[in-house]
Amino acid sequence: MGKKLLLDKIQIENLSSYQVYRQNGGYEAVEKALKKLTPDEVLEEVKKSGLRGRGGAGFPTGMKWSFIAKPEGVPRYLLCNADESEPGTFKDRFLMEKNPHLLIEGMILSSYALGCNTAYIYIRGEFMWIMHILEKAIAEAYANGWLGTNILGKGYNLDLYVSPGAGAYICGEETALIESLEGKRGNPRIKPPFPAVKGLWQCPTVVNNVETLAAVVPIINHGGEAYASVGIGRSTGTKLISACGNISKPGVYEIEMGISVEEFIYSDEYCGGIKDGKRIKACVPGGSSVPILPHYLITKTATGTERLMSYESLSEGGFASGSMLGSGGFIVYDEDQCIVRNTWNFTRFYHHESCGQCSPCREGTGWMEKVLHRIEYGHGQMRDIDLLWDVQKKIEGNTICPLGDAAAWPVASAIRHFREEFEWHINEPELCLKQNYGLVKEPAITV
Amino acid sequence: MAKVTIDGHTVEVADGTTILNAARQIGGEIVPPAMCYYSKLNGSGGKCRTCLVEVTKGSEKDPRPMPKLVASCSTPVMDGMEVANITSERTLEARKGVVEFLLINHPLDCPICDQAGECDLQNLAYEHGASATRYEEDRRVFDKIDIGEHIQLHMTRCILCYRCVYTADQLTDRRVHGVLKRGDASEIGTYIENSLENEFIGNVIDVCPVGALTDKTFRFKSRVWFLKPMDAHRNCGVCSGKATVWMFGDEIYRVTGRKNTYGEVDEFICNTCRFDVKDLSQWTIEGPRVIENWSVISQGHYAGITEPIHKNVIGVGEKKDDVKLEE
Repeated sequence: MGKKLLLDKIQIENLSSYQVYRQNGGYEAVEKALKKLTPDEVLEEVKKSGLRGRGGAGFPTGMKWSFIAKPEGVPRYLLCNADESEPGTFKDRFLMEKNPHLLIEGMILSSYALGCNTAYIYIRGEFMWIMHILEKAIAEAYANGWLGTNILGKGYNLDLYVSPGAGAYICGEETALIESLEGKRGNPRIKPPFPAVKGLWQCPTVVNNVETLAAVVPIINHGGEAYASVGIGRSTGTKLISACGNISKPGVYEIEMGISVEEFIYSDEYCGGIKDGKRIKACVPGGSSVPILPHYLITKTATGTERLMSYESLSEGGFASGSMLGSGGFIVYDEDQCIVRNTWNFTRFYHHESCGQCSPCREGTGWMEKVLHRIEYGHGQMRDIDLLWDVQKKIEGNTICPLGDAAAWPVASAIRHFREEFEWHINEPELCLKQNYGLVKEPAITV
Repeated sequence: MAKVTIDGHTVEVADGTTILNAARQIGGEIVPPAMCYYSKLNGSGGKCRTCLVEVTKGSEKDPRPMPKLVASCSTPVMDGMEVANITSERTLEARKGVVEFLLINHPLDCPICDQAGECDLQNLAYEHGASATRYEEDRRVFDKIDIGEHIQLHMTRCILCYRCVYTADQLTDRRVHGVLKRGDASEIGTYIENSLENEFIGNVIDVCPVGALTDKTFRFKSRVWFLKPMDAHRNCGVCSGKATVWMFGDEIYRVTGRKNTYGEVDEFICNTCRFDVKDLSQWTIEGPRVIENWSVISQGHYAGITEPIHKNVIGVGEKKDDVKLEE
């Protein structure tokens, strides 16, 4: 069994109630921090832990916190990004639903470290029942003196609010989230200035993912160094992985960073292998926006080394032969799945969710969707593949926010690794509607 | 002050100036095109991505190049920054892509569009676009809507630059239109079928880079290059009264703000001046508006005009025969 830091108590019945949580060691980290540590010492522990943002980008959290501007007399805000809507990612909702107090505790600690007196949880609008769970938990925390004024008699004040989104994936982008929270249309802002300087209501703001904030609790409980001792290299600690697709046991798993991908997919402790004994065809290891990997690059890298579940190992080989850990939305495809259809499906999502503010993403996502639809339904032409490649290249990196990149990468990687399947769709327009292509051939020389 | 080099031209500008404005201080062909940025509207810019440039040297302190192309309209210069615009293959390639994106859902109905001849998108496409489209699917289409008595919105042509939204936000006291929906379904709209009623709302026509917002008092009256733009002013209690009147013979066909070489008006004018006062006797003509010779408006009979033909200001009530326009 791997070490568990976030889901260690998840089996306890009624953990979402305050009494049960408190009896099982809850809020001890807040007691420890407020009574024994200064805000800078809490920040120092987080820096020592090597914790990296769990929302997808993997930016070191301690460094992000130290960027926050601290002008005199201006409030600072901590926002929790609970707008989890990436296809394939469903880890935060599990954590919030089962253990809401862990997030609240993490937010108290983080707010204390940052010197915030107001914090918000921006939750996806579709998670309305989880919002009620969180609101109940927040009310309990207020009633027991963990939130409000003069927490633990130490003179520290914190107010925590939950605010629901209204059904837009783009509001998970931190500046769009801030706009939406301010009550405006959820368009990403043009950076600079970054939120650490001008965020919510033009004040310094830090936006962190649910899992990142929750991970602050074990860091304070056990110490930053103990947290850093778990994991491998610069990928420290544990990570929640939401596994789905054609596997025997889909679900949310907490893994120690650095276990092998092979172990994760095939061991009974985790995914339990491919369903019905089929062969694996492809894998998207970090949510729909990261590059897809063909079967021969999943368990080992292009150089032949074993691929591990860590930020570095999954991205080894760059985009030519690697992918990203992303948000941990682990999607597995068996040999009967169609990559063209899957790419079309992802692109349809990004087309639907593009905010429409900047032209490459607004027009390009729709264009890619239409071309992919054509190919999938047997109306494609050979030049469409090069057209797709060219369109994605003109979106990538030229947009205001990362949604453009997220829309371009799945298309790019699908063409890079599964080009023969695209060509087969075009050459066999009738056959492709009846059957699937199967596994792609492994190139003789991998880059 | 910061020293910045754009395509080999060095200029010293105030701190906080954007790359685009620094380029405009140099002038000429190195100025990146801008479809959404409008210097008189706060917060505009960053959206159309036509002004992307490559920063080959970040600053004197940190000389690393920027990994991505940046929007020059919203990126402030740093001391020692080096920027490649038309000298960068990457920039031109990306710009070509943006033009293609802007055009795939544009109806390309220039022959029947009132904006033709003074259209930013048309100019941009001539400069950076391809001659044929690779887009085979149906284009996005909307119905024309009358928003207010004098303004027509033809959303099919819109490139969603947000300029009209910023104009209404910053010029009028209660904005009633904005962007509805998202992605490529976004549209400018007045929720629900409101009309734009404000003394300054006519300026949305001037700021529109394409033919999405047009002046109903001028629609289909004439092509702009058949008209003579003349700077004129009148006594107006609401605005400065400084406008450009577009004449055909002695008749005023339309009135707009005075646009500079980047298509931006010097001063916003009121609806009365724009829509209601079309009688020559009510205007004091100052002389021809100088139009750059690359513009189609300067073609034909208006070519090569760099200084006013009329040395004297033509006043109200003068004999019209004295006004000799090059016909």
